[in-house]
Amino acid sequence: MTKEYKTITEVSGPLIFLEKTEPVGYGELVNINLPDGTTKRGQVLDTSADTVVVQVFEGTGGLNSESGVVFTGETIKLSVSKDMLGRILSGAGEPLDGGPRIVPDDRIDVNGASMNPYSRLPPVDFIQTGISTIDGTNTLVRGQKLPIFSGAGLPHNEIALQIARQAKVLGSDEPFAVVFAAMGITNEEAQYFMQDFEKTGALERAVVFLNLADDPAVERLITPRMALTAAEYLAYEHDMHVLVIMTDITNYCEALRQMGAAREEVPGRRGYPGYMYTDLASLYERAGVIKGKKGSVTQFSILTMPGDDITHPIPDLSGYITEGQIVVSRELHRKGIYPPINVLPSLSRLMNSGIGKGKTREDHKAVSDQMYAMYAEGRDMRGLVAIVGKDALSERDQKILEFADLFEDRFVRQGRNENRHIVDDTLRIAWEILSELPMAQLTRIDNKFIDAYHPANKAKSE
Amino acid sequence: MEVKGEIYRVAGPVVTITGIKPKMYDVVKVGHEGLMGEVIRIKGDKATVQVYEDTSGIKPGEPVVNTGMSLSVELGPGLLESIYDGIQRPLKVLQEQMGDFIQRGVTANGLDRDKKWDFKPIVSGGDSVKGGEVIGVVQETMNIEHKIMVPPNVSGTVNEIKSGKFTVDETICVLSDGTELQMMQKWSVRKPRPVAKKLMPSKPLITGQRILDGLFPVAKGGTAAIPGPFGSGKTVTQQQLAKWSDTDIVVYIGCGERGNEMADVLNEFPELEDPKTGRPLMERTVLIANTSNMPVAAREASVYTGITIAEYYRDMGYDVALMADSTSRWAESMREISSRLEEMPGEEGYPAYLSARLSEFYERAGAVHSLAGFDGSITVIGAVSPPGGDFSEPVTQSTLRIVKVFWALDAKLSQRRHFPSINWLSSYSLYTNGLADWFTENVAPDWISLRDNAMDLLQQESELQEIVQLVGSDALPEDQQLTLEIARMIREYFLQQNAFHPVDTFCPFDKQYKLLKAISKYGEMANAALEAGVPMGDIISVESKDDLAKVKYEEDFESALNVVLTKMDAEFAKLGGK
Ligand SMILES: Nc1ncnc2c1ncn2[C@@H]1O[C@H](COP(=O)(O)OP(=O)(O)OP(=O)(O)O)[C@@H](O)[C@H]1O
Ligand SMILES: [Mg+2]
Repeated sequence: MTKEYKTITEVSGPLIFLEKTEPVGYGELVNINLPDGTTKRGQVLDTSADTVVVQVFEGTGGLNSESGVVFTGETIKLSVSKDMLGRILSGAGEPLDGGPRIVPDDRIDVNGASMNPYSRLPPVDFIQTGISTIDGTNTLVRGQKLPIFSGAGLPHNEIALQIARQAKVLGSDEPFAVVFAAMGITNEEAQYFMQDFEKTGALERAVVFLNLADDPAVERLITPRMALTAAEYLAYEHDMHVLVIMTDITNYCEALRQMGAAREEVPGRRGYPGYMYTDLASLYERAGVIKGKKGSVTQFSILTMPGDDITHPIPDLSGYITEGQIVVSRELHRKGIYPPINVLPSLSRLMNSGIGKGKTREDHKAVSDQMYAMYAEGRDMRGLVAIVGKDALSERDQKILEFADLFEDRFVRQGRNENRHIVDDTLRIAWEILSELPMAQLTRIDNKFIDAYHPANKAKSE
Repeated sequence: MEVKGEIYRVAGPVVTITGIKPKMYDVVKVGHEGLMGEVIRIKGDKATVQVYEDTSGIKPGEPVVNTGMSLSVELGPGLLESIYDGIQRPLKVLQEQMGDFIQRGVTANGLDRDKKWDFKPIVSGGDSVKGGEVIGVVQETMNIEHKIMVPPNVSGTVNEIKSGKFTVDETICVLSDGTELQMMQKWSVRKPRPVAKKLMPSKPLITGQRILDGLFPVAKGGTAAIPGPFGSGKTVTQQQLAKWSDTDIVVYIGCGERGNEMADVLNEFPELEDPKTGRPLMERTVLIANTSNMPVAAREASVYTGITIAEYYRDMGYDVALMADSTSRWAESMREISSRLEEMPGEEGYPAYLSARLSEFYERAGAVHSLAGFDGSITVIGAVSPPGGDFSEPVTQSTLRIVKVFWALDAKLSQRRHFPSINWLSSYSLYTNGLADWFTENVAPDWISLRDNAMDLLQQESELQEIVQLVGSDALPEDQQLTLEIARMIREYFLQQNAFHPVDTFCPFDKQYKLLKAISKYGEMANAALEAGVPMGDIISVESKDDLAKVKYEEDFESALNVVLTKMDAEFAKLGGK
């Protein structure tokens, strides 16, 4: 069973080719023993009666035809137990914190099986993040996958941490955990996260997987799968509500592209593999809520858009899979606004099921739509004013122009530790700025909500 | 006798086998676990199989068995209200057998073998029956009478016919040549079911969505594509159609999309009422779900599974609406398999036969006269997900060459929450003229002119906008400012429709007509007042104009509208001018 083969015929990039093996299973985990005594791990990509192709996770450096290859007969598994909480593991699931190995309760295939759509429960529980541009206009719900689309040098890490600190389901005290998967980020960035986790005590309730910039790129392909396996285990075996933060999806996709090139595949758009959609889906779709289970998996990942281009294949394919996106804008950042979230290209598809009467407030949706419409128009006006001057605008248009500024200043801008309540703060601010517009402009809001919540009417009734 | 072959090579969903001589598209069972696959290439002594389940751990040398059958679906009572995976395994049964995560190697029948249905024959012994002819009926749901038809390739004289409660695989009829017929028949998914005659589509599919019915209608039996970047509203629009269309049957294919969206439909449809019958929507619906994380080969099959089921109900004389969300994922699954086969790639890596496959699929839509002698139809509405939202890519372009209706989603509109974000300038329907008579007769004699007028104003608006961008709106002459205002009313009051508003989500045609007519009435009165010298500022600040914005949300639309119209008359009378 543990037969060692020394029949490597070719080493090419992260791949090795072997001949004359007994039948080997597709996707099997492989150990490679190097002449210097170290061991690397890999996975079978292609297997036939003649040739076996293995992708090596730690990179093929130091490998030669003398290296021994052992097929383990099983797919990649993660040892899981509740003791994982508070631990820091490598991108391949080995302890990095000097602590003991995890004593497994179970060993689970990291690829995960696809959740039966029939078993899913539509996510409906509103998560308050305390950030108005999320809670008010792009609401996150439990079991959702909602990434941050950002750009190099923008404060996405701060936003992610603020959310990790503040996120909670109002009036609930259920057990929660954070699973953090770093993929190819710098040591400094990783430290930034770790320190915040430690400072806030979040580390005790976290499982951390670190694949850093100088770790092998191929390992990045299993890191998120390890993390999601841990998350599913905690959610469905231990009834915890798990928030998974994966960063940076872009590094993951680069690793995927690198592997595709090494395999000499026909590349798809901009050199990324044609199956990248399916591959990313196998990560993102591992969020959700299952009928009859108490826990849930919510994903909040970070993706830096190459060249700030939202049509780049990485954000594009992600956007086609995730349930919305929070877009961080360089323009707002330059204006000194934190969090610099541009709501216009942002979206939460599950917002409608998480808000409204009995959850947040009945007017929530209408208020959000109205602010979107006015802010979008106001931004157009800015462009126009630059050409024709403010005086050429009608009175209506001038009001809308002013609204756009108010919106950025009062609704978008908030403190790094400011934890806004959805009704008492976020919706209140929303109505305050909307009330600067003529009432006839509020075409998206039912009259009954205007009667009930417009500050002018409220003042009257009080 | 079963001939066994063996696996030669495994590379993801593509498995090469040797030792047996299958036909093209034969279904084979691969490996010790008997994973289901379909032969897609034969070369020398080897055949290539696309496998519908995960192949991890499968080894060369494991056995392969040929079933000798092509990929088929089971057709018969019990399809409605089901949710299937891409190869017609009921997801509910899979859950019962293996829990919340889909494991492999499990087979499950498309139709329940235990349930008994009350079969009422309509032929008697001695009658001769042709292929496709109805021999009896079963009440499948409260509103759908399921017609049990002789399979298209069978005919003969009835020797024996039964009546009463039977399961789908019990014999209910025997022909004189000994052929036994059951309520269930099987049909190969890649082969269109035959019809007596194709007809010209002549009736609109009424969807209750103003921009669709009003500006870009699709005919029953027609084809429509809805391309758009992510988050622009493809799924919401498809779901709106599934909910509110005046059709008998809905087949909804979630092809490579989100699990939560299917869960949503499953959750919502049993609660919603079919506007036509008042029964739960689920009773007219069949769902096919191959979500983005389910095996890619089954994604390729899901579209065929769906359209075959649609054809079966069409043959009974029903109007069927089929939604495929998204056809791009289907095309990508073809690309993925094709690249594993190392076929010569065409544009953007798609196989050269992409276009042909798309046309074959849309060609299965249509209004028909069925073998059973009924008129039925399949309307196909395909979502397209172009990379980067760029419509020049191969799937969008190939689709647009085939379909007759183009609903172009526009991210600029969705970003400002103008929903449905269908661009009114670039979208089109080639059925508009063919359906004109129907609209004139069934909606109102002046409907066509109202609509053309609205389109014209929107066109003018876009031209005027270009000038506004340079000089500001105040620099325009007053009549043009008024045009802009009326166009804005058409966009915001008429075209915008909130799918999540309890009242606005569905808009009957009569309401669409009255709403547009009211806007047009304001336009006429405003233009007349302007000509009579009333100042522009007064004309656009009449309150009734703003009130008109919200009548669509009112439970009692009729009376709310009447209040606004009366007020409008009074306000304009006061403005005077004449
Ligand atoms: N008619 C509508 N009324 C109200 N909201 C809508 C409407 N259409 C779309 N939306 C909003 O837009 C969001 C995105 O729509 P949808 O999920 O249909 O996009 P999509 O085009 O299918 O995206 P993807 O390609 O990523 O699946 C919805 O979650 C909803 O908030
Ligand atoms: Mg969609």
